[in-house]
Amino acid sequence: MTDVALPAAPGVAPDDAPPPRPDFQIVPLRGLPVVGVVLAALVVAIAANELWPLEFFHVAAGGLWTAFDLFLGFVLGPIMGRLAIPARVELTTRLMPKLLLIMPTLVTCTLASGWQLGRIMGTVNAGHADHGWIVASYVVVGVMAVIALAVLEPANVAVLFELKKRRPDPRIIERLMKRFIYTAGITGAMQVATLVIMTKVAAG
Amino acid sequence: MSERRLPPVTELGVASMALIVAGGISIAAKLPGEVPLGLPVALLAASAALMVANLVALSRVPGFNWPAFFAVARWALLAYCVIAAILEFVFVNDGTRGGVLVVLTLSLLVYAVHVPLLIGFTVARYQPIE
Repeated sequence: MTDVALPAAPGVAPDDAPPPRPDFQIVPLRGLPVVGVVLAALVVAIAANELWPLEFFHVAAGGLWTAFDLFLGFVLGPIMGRLAIPARVELTTRLMPKLLLIMPTLVTCTLASGWQLGRIMGTVNAGHADHGWIVASYVVVGVMAVIALAVLEPANVAVLFELKKRRPDPRIIERLMKRFIYTAGITGAMQVATLVIMTKVAAG
Repeated sequence: MSERRLPPVTELGVASMALIVAGGISIAAKLPGEVPLGLPVALLAASAALMVANLVALSRVPGFNWPAFFAVARWALLAYCVIAAILEFVFVNDGTRGGVLVVLTLSLLVYAVHVPLLIGFTVARYQPIE
């Protein structure tokens, strides 16, 4: 992805001027090596099939995933919806590129290590006492995955491409940001269910 | 903002992904025992059919910005192929074999193709043709 630097308009911009926005990369290339290292470590943890590394990946990544979704859905999302357009643009161009790398990495780490962990501990087995709760977690994660992959992430990427234009269309940004804010709220609510299920399974 | 009529690509994508997820859950809920594959195969077939319908419908849109679509979708495809490969590795590493592995692999294939399609479409629909 190329960088496009547009100078911020000093003072009050004319009505037909595009809103000032910072320079940004749609995919922050500096973060890719970090993602590569994390995913490589995940593969090693799965291949080693040891309890501690799998537990680490599942708890750490899952906790971060839940925290991000709750924070975005119930704290930052409503705030973004009320920000002035220039502030919203500024926040979006700084936040969303990072989320493009962070969220898929956290989700992949959580699910892959979680499945392997479930195989070791037997919680994914159909005969396990908490199997009903585990299946419920599949459903919750499934709903979140469909919303995040089919609706939220495409909107996230599209709004960044729109902001890269010389003259971004505020109506398109508004439409895409609404999608982002509403779906972030839904996934945030689903994460509450995840917390209930996972603490129940952990407690036995 | 473009007000032209476009096929319901996102809606079909949501439906396709939901079918894939439902098929995956129906398999995962019965492991490690014998898994009846009738329902997962039917859900996979329906999901794949929706993906093909999406591709066909999109290919018939006049004036669609294909360069923008492919510029985005190819990188998304690479990213989601990596994710799908890690998930496939988990299944193989766990000793999943036979029909279950085939269904899960094809499900991951649909996932790895459909998500980039949705991302590319959502970006390209708002990009003017140069």
